[in-house]
Amino acid sequence: MSEKVLMKGNEALAEAAIRAGCHHFFGYPITPQTELAAYMSKRLPKIGGTYLQAESEIAAINMVQGAGAAGIRAMTSSSSPGISLKAEGISYMAGADVPGLIINVQRGGPGLGGIQPSQADYWQATRAMGHGDFHILVFAPSTVQEMVDLVSDAFDLAETYRMPAMILADGMLGQMMEPVVFKEKEEKKEIDKSWALTGHQNKRPHNVVNSLYLQANQLEAKVKERFQRYEKIKAEEARYQTYMTEDAEYIVVAYGATARVVQAAVKEARAEGIKAGCFRPVTLWPFPAAALKELAGQAKAFLDVEMSMGQMVDDVKLAIDCSRPVHFYGRTGGVIPEPGEILEEIKKMAGGVK
Amino acid sequence: MTDYKMLFAGFGGQGILFVGKVAVNAGLCDGKEVSWLPSYGPEMRGGTANCSVCIADEPIGSPLVVNPNIFVAMNQPSYEKFISKVTPGGLVILDSTLIEAEHVREDVKLIRIPATEMAEQNDLQGLANIIILGKLYAETNFCSEESLQEGLKHCVPAKKQHLLAPNQKAIELGRAFAG
Repeated sequence: MSEKVLMKGNEALAEAAIRAGCHHFFGYPITPQTELAAYMSKRLPKIGGTYLQAESEIAAINMVQGAGAAGIRAMTSSSSPGISLKAEGISYMAGADVPGLIINVQRGGPGLGGIQPSQADYWQATRAMGHGDFHILVFAPSTVQEMVDLVSDAFDLAETYRMPAMILADGMLGQMMEPVVFKEKEEKKEIDKSWALTGHQNKRPHNVVNSLYLQANQLEAKVKERFQRYEKIKAEEARYQTYMTEDAEYIVVAYGATARVVQAAVKEARAEGIKAGCFRPVTLWPFPAAALKELAGQAKAFLDVEMSMGQMVDDVKLAIDCSRPVHFYGRTGGVIPEPGEILEEIKKMAGGVK
Repeated sequence: MTDYKMLFAGFGGQGILFVGKVAVNAGLCDGKEVSWLPSYGPEMRGGTANCSVCIADEPIGSPLVVNPNIFVAMNQPSYEKFISKVTPGGLVILDSTLIEAEHVREDVKLIRIPATEMAEQNDLQGLANIIILGKLYAETNFCSEESLQEGLKHCVPAKKQHLLAPNQKAIELGRAFAG
């Protein structure tokens, strides 16, 4: 299928995962991601896969860990409160070097919060997706097409680096319909899974997938080995997109759905003669720090816009070593910022830093 | 106008999301950039529904239509909620069977169409939404005629093909409505 079809973000994620070879889904319903699970429940049984609605989010993530440990492509999806419940399992996966895909269609928090779009789980996804020293790969699509395109990359990289990956979307991207094209991948990446628990049949030594290391030295060595992998990922896998930044003096940083609104505001600012541009991280971990730092050379100031009280703004400041003023504008609780509000902030920034 | 920001609003069950889907599919058939975003929040659970549809030549920024230049209202609360948000010069189409509206804004074009009554009289119960879409098409030509038909065909499920003809009839009724 290479024609354009209209799909809801949640359904497009599900179809993309199936096409990426993920035939095993474990989940628990929650607004605003439920269409994803519903799509899987219709499709997977027909193609010999597994759709399982677990008794809880915790059970679902543990099933993903089990499938992942057996070398199988598996995923789960939820929204903010459900992701918090999965945190334990994600930490265990990271500690046992088990790949898998977790989708978070974010909604307002904390607590049960609301069901409208939000980006308030940035810190959770990039800093503390569970206990212990670890990271997961975090992808932040901003269109339904990009959601589709990132799914197979997320699986490939999760398996290449043996770690969990997350697609951090939000209620707007999950619920909206946009045209998408499902491109066939030219070549399937061969990924070594000789570590997987597939049954040794007395023909090879046991494989062990485990996160328990009672000897402090052993655990330290394991964590350090993992962090060496993280360094390689930081150097090689950071992704971003720029919009009108070539000669931009005022750079607005935003990810996901918010970046769409920001780009509309940047266009309006340009029409008013302000040299504005947008920098959009596509990977939130690893954060594209080097590319943003480069822009600090030409920029007079930065504005970070999020559907939160200000979380990614920390990474923006760190990336540019606080070498330029970094302003922040955010809406939270499920409120989506309007282009006009952001334009006002751009004007304020451009007027205040002459 | 090539940058359509449409807002369809009414009660759940009136086919608000469906009529938006027909419009967005028609836009896609024309090769335009399009998006469709439903309300899925607490207002939906309270019985009202709305959806944002964008049809443009350039990639869509925010798919959430805050200030529509085309506003279709199918119940009183939705009309009152959104009428002040319509951009000056915009088009407002309301179902006058269900909405009593003073023409409070001089800077928008207001069309009253008794769509629900027309649907009942023509044995097209439940298709007031599509009658309004026919009128919307006649007023704006937001898509080509061929794409409108294609969009409709695409949205009527394969198992319910017997509903295609009534939908087509509803479009024609709306197109022919003078007022």
